[in-house]
Amino acid sequence: MNETRPIATEPVLPDKAMTPIVPPGNTAGQAMALVVAIMSFLACLTVGAVSLVNQSAVTWQSQISREATVQIRPARGLDVETALAEARAVAVGFDGVRAARVIGRDETLGLLEPWLGAGLELDQLPLPRLVVITIDEDSPPDFAAMRSAIAEVVPNATLDDHRAWVSRLVSMARTMTFAGTCVLVLVLAALVMTVVFATRGAMAGNHEVIEVLHFVGARGGFIARQFQNRFLVIGLRGAAAGGLAAIIVFIASSLWASRNLTTAENEQLSAFFGDFTIGMGAYIGVMLVVVLVGLLTMLTARLTVLRVLHEFDEKRADPSR
Amino acid sequence: MIRFDNVGLRYGMEPEVLSDVSFHIPAQSFQFLTGPSGAGKTSLLRLLFMSLRPTRGQISIFGKDVLSIDRRELPLLRRRIGVVFQDFRLLNHMTIFENVALPLRVRGRVISNYHRDVIELLKWVGLGEKIHALPPVLSGGEKQRVAIARALIDQPEILLADEPTGNVDPHMARRLLRLFIELNRSGTAVVIATHDLGLMEQVDARRMILSAGRMDIFG
Repeated sequence: MNETRPIATEPVLPDKAMTPIVPPGNTAGQAMALVVAIMSFLACLTVGAVSLVNQSAVTWQSQISREATVQIRPARGLDVETALAEARAVAVGFDGVRAARVIGRDETLGLLEPWLGAGLELDQLPLPRLVVITIDEDSPPDFAAMRSAIAEVVPNATLDDHRAWVSRLVSMARTMTFAGTCVLVLVLAALVMTVVFATRGAMAGNHEVIEVLHFVGARGGFIARQFQNRFLVIGLRGAAAGGLAAIIVFIASSLWASRNLTTAENEQLSAFFGDFTIGMGAYIGVMLVVVLVGLLTMLTARLTVLRVLHEFDEKRADPSR
Repeated sequence: MIRFDNVGLRYGMEPEVLSDVSFHIPAQSFQFLTGPSGAGKTSLLRLLFMSLRPTRGQISIFGKDVLSIDRRELPLLRRRIGVVFQDFRLLNHMTIFENVALPLRVRGRVISNYHRDVIELLKWVGLGEKIHALPPVLSGGEKQRVAIARALIDQPEILLADEPTGNVDPHMARRLLRLFIELNRSGTAVVIATHDLGLMEQVDARRMILSAGRMDIFG
């Protein structure tokens, strides 16, 4: 037989030029990539939102616990300016106090202006005056001792260490972070299920390929490898598209915030959400989502192939199946 | 090479489709497997190809009892058997060359090692001009020859062909038969499942006739 065969003259193609064993692109694969991209985008946005809320909560807590306020109520015969200076001097003397600053007349008027309007005569109104104390967060002062020391020198003074606010904000921040994390877990669970079902759907059209490979003597590991590599690429492509879209949204929101949060109205927003800058954690989260999706598609494809091969074996053992 | 002893096969609680089937396929032999539709030819081929296990009896393939073969060993044994399916089972996204080379590719061989062999085999089956064509553009006979080339590319010890002339005209059927005879002369055992009496009359070969699940052997 061999003598009769003519010599081949076709140029030898490199192995990489061979068509992939798993069909490179079909409608199911494209639909799967689209679904994966959309779900990855939503998951990445959730990661960004949770990161933003968490970051803002930490900032609120830190900003408020960093300061305490001495409030001095005006009283007949009390020299408010002297009382302010005395209260400030007492506060500065405590360990754990970094600085103390009297809120001057003009600054007090400025604080009140949005509510009471301009042109106020401060002396005509019994307005309390403030001393803002900056605290060392790592070793805060003994507030009880400071409170009694200030009250001794200035009886009309009260010290507010913001503890009530801090505890409320901490509790609110924790609730928001917990709620955000719950949403993230739900979105990730939906992502996992979507990826698994989309992969299995796209795999369904490849049943014949698995069968042919099985019958030409391919080992289970070889067949699984062909599919897992192919679906890893599809999954990563979809996830990367979704992640990239989310990053564009992050950057766009940061740019928008940097241009618009300078207005008085938007300062309220900025007080709650900082400067809308998405932290590095969110970007790392996006990368983790992309990697997770890639691994999931790869694993699902592998398990699907092995399950199909297992079915062949079951059928072999029990012909009625 | 392959031996069946009192083999029985049933699907679930149905009556046996094969009953007390016993035969031996020696190396380098040529035989037809025939019988009316539904006689159990395809089931017997599946037993030969180890895609089914017998309900009773003993099957020995290449000296191994099929009931005791480890699952991981099956691919290695299947590589010694070439199969031509009635419906070809070609991969439509791959060229003729790639379909024929598939068994070598799954064995981890690199193209530079087998390129020449594949081209030669395709020329031998008369498809040397269509190596870059995709299966959907081929006729039934051409697809059949691609399936045969794929089954032969790794020089199996036995070739199983299920109705290889079922989709072709008489002229092409004779051509394919000559191909099988030439293959057999080169040392490969051949089992052709067919109910084409005209085809069988062209060759003086052993006939294994299945009828109602029982086998009679002539020749």
